[in-house]
Amino acid sequence: MTTTQPENAIEIADLTVAYRERPVLWDVDLVVPRGILMAVVGPNGAGKTTLIKAIMQLVRPAAGQVLILGRPIRAQRRIVAYVPQRGSVDWDFPTTVLDVVTMGRYGRLGWFRSPGRSERDAALETLRKVGMEELRDRQISQLSGGQQQRVFLARALVQDAEVYLMDEPFQGVDALTERAIVELLRELRARGKTVVVVHHDLQTVPEYFDWVTLLNVRRIASGPVAEVWTERNLRLAYGGRMAILAHELAPAPQLRASPAPDER
Amino acid sequence: MMSDAISHAILPGIVVAFLLTQDLSSPLLVLAAGATGVLTVSLVELLGRTGLVARDAAIGLVFPALFSIGVVLIARYAGDVHLDTDAVLLGELAFAPFRRLTLLGVDLGPRSLYLMGAILFLQIALLLLFYKELKLATFDPAFAAAIGLAPAALHYGLMATVSVTVVGAFDAVGSVLVVALMVAPPAAAHFFVRRLSAFLALSAAFGIATAVVGYALARALDASIAGSMAVSAGAIFSLAFLLAPERGLVAAWLRRRSQRWEFAQETLAIHLLQHRGLPEEQEECRVAHLEQHLGWSAERAAEVVRRAENRGLVRREADLLSLSEAGVALGKERLST
Ligand SMILES: Nc1ncnc2c1ncn2[C@@H]1O[C@H](COP(=O)(O)OP(=O)(O)OP(=O)(O)O)[C@@H](O)[C@H]1O
Ligand SMILES: [Mg+2]
Repeated sequence: MTTTQPENAIEIADLTVAYRERPVLWDVDLVVPRGILMAVVGPNGAGKTTLIKAIMQLVRPAAGQVLILGRPIRAQRRIVAYVPQRGSVDWDFPTTVLDVVTMGRYGRLGWFRSPGRSERDAALETLRKVGMEELRDRQISQLSGGQQQRVFLARALVQDAEVYLMDEPFQGVDALTERAIVELLRELRARGKTVVVVHHDLQTVPEYFDWVTLLNVRRIASGPVAEVWTERNLRLAYGGRMAILAHELAPAPQLRASPAPDER
Repeated sequence: MMSDAISHAILPGIVVAFLLTQDLSSPLLVLAAGATGVLTVSLVELLGRTGLVARDAAIGLVFPALFSIGVVLIARYAGDVHLDTDAVLLGELAFAPFRRLTLLGVDLGPRSLYLMGAILFLQIALLLLFYKELKLATFDPAFAAAIGLAPAALHYGLMATVSVTVVGAFDAVGSVLVVALMVAPPAAAHFFVRRLSAFLALSAAFGIATAVVGYALARALDASIAGSMAVSAGAIFSLAFLLAPERGLVAAWLRRRSQRWEFAQETLAIHLLQHRGLPEEQEECRVAHLEQHLGWSAERAAEVVRRAENRGLVRREADLLSLSEAGVALGKERLST
C-alpha cells in the first residue's frame, strides 16, 4: 500500500479523543479518498475541530490511528496544509501580510534555509488569487476579520500540499469571496489534491462539495453527497433541533441562484 | 512576569507605610503592599487597554516606574534604615570596571565585558541560525507545530538564552536596568516598524542609545549610572509612545482631528448638493444658515468653509456658497456609499 501512490488521502481507525475524562470523539473510523472536496458538518461542539487537530497530531488521541497517504502524520507534515478555526497568532507581532503568507513555505524549506525570491513570488501570486495583493505590506493586526481569514487561507495554499485541512475557512468572509475561494478549492481538486473543509452552511454543502462527513462525537455518516446527504443522517447528527433544519435539505434555489463569480 | 512585577512594584507602598509608622514590623506595611499591588495591576490594565502597548510591555513599564519611585523614596527619606537601595538594586554599574578578568596573572580587562560579549556573540549566532524558526514559533506556535518545526523546543531554547542573558547582565548592571533594557527599547521600536528584522535592529539601536544617553546623564548630574540609564530608557519609550509617526499618540490625535475636518467638509458638500438648483438654494446655502442647519458653531462653520474653499470644493460669493465640480463629485461619491 505504501509503495506506489496510495489510494486514500486520510485513513482514520478507531480514533477516540478525550479532553480530561470526557470523550469528544468516540471510536471514529473515516476514509477520505484522494482528489475529493469533502465537507465535515455537525453541530457546535461535535468534535470537528478536534478531529482536524487529531489528524494533525496537535491533540493526542486516547486511542486510534491516523494515516496520511499511507504514512503517519509525522512523516507527512510537509504535504499537509492546515487552516485553524481561530488563529493562535500573536497579533502584535511585527510582521506583514506578505510575510505571513511566505511562512507557508517554511515547512518545505526545512531547518536553517531562509526564504528567498521564489518563496516571495509564490506568496505574492497566492495573495493575488485571494484578492489581497494590495494589502501585502499591512501589519497583520490592521486587517478586518475576513481579510485575516484570507491571509491564513493564502498561507495554506502557498504550501502546495497534497492534503488540505481547513477549519471553517468561510467564517467571516463575504459572499463573493466565498465563491472565489470555492473556485480555488475546486482548482486544487482538479489538480488531484484532497481538501477537507469544516463547514456550517448546510445549504451550500451539495453545491460546493462532492463528499461529506456528518459528525457528532461519533461518525454519523461519510460518503458521496448524493448518498449520505439525507434527512435521516442530518437528524442523527443534529438531534432534536432537526425541525428547524428540515428545509435545508431542499435548498431554496432563489437564494443561491447567482452563478459563481469569475476570478477578478 | 506579572507576579514578578507586583513583587517589585509594591516597594513604594511599603516605604510610604514605613515612613508613616516608623515601624518595620507594622501590619500596615502588608496592607500598603497589597494596595500598591492592586494599583500596579490596574495601571497595567489601563495602559494595556489603550491598545497602544502590548500587555507584557505594559507590565514592564509600570513595574520599573513604581519600583524606582520606591527607590527614590528610600534614598530621600529613609537613608539610614535597612531598606537600602543597594539591597534591591544590587550590582552597580560603576563598579563593573573594577571586577577584572585575569588570566595567568595578566589583566585582560573588565570581567563583565567578556561575559556580556560572549553572550552577545551567542545570541547573534543563534538568531542568525534559527531566525525563521524562532519567528514562526513566536508568531504562530500552532502553525509551527503543524508544519513540523518544534515550537516547544524553540520556545524553551529561547527562554534558556534569555535566562543566560538576564543572569549575566544582572551581575553587571542590576535588576532594574536588566528589566528596563529588555522591555523599553523593543516596546519603543514597536511603534515604528512592521518587520521583525527592522524591529530587532531598531530595538538594539534604542538599547545602545539608552546606554549612551544614560551614561551622559549620569556624568552630567553626577548620579547613579544604572538609575540614569533606567530613566533614559523610560524617556526613549515615552518619546516613541508620543511622537512615533502613524502609531504614536500625537499622530493618532492629529489623524483623528484631520478626519473630523474631512468629515465636516463632506457633510457640507452633501448639504449643498441636496439643495443645488432648488428654489430654497438662496436660503439654505448661506454660511449663516449652516449654523442652524448642521448645528455648527459660527467659528466651526467658517473654518469648514475656509478649508473647503482652499481645497477647491466650494465657491463663495458674498455669503452664498456653491459647489465646484470637485465638490459635486465628492458629495455624490459620499451619498452613493
Ligand atoms: N482544549 C479543550 N479542553 C477541554 N475541552 C475542550 C477543549 N477543546 C474543545 N473542547 C470540548 O470538546 C468538544 C468538541 O470541541 P470542538 O472544538 O472539536 O467542536 P467543533 O465541532 O469544532 O465545534 P464548533 O462548530 O463550535 O467549532 C466541545 O464540547 C468542547 O467543549
Ligand atoms: Mg470547531
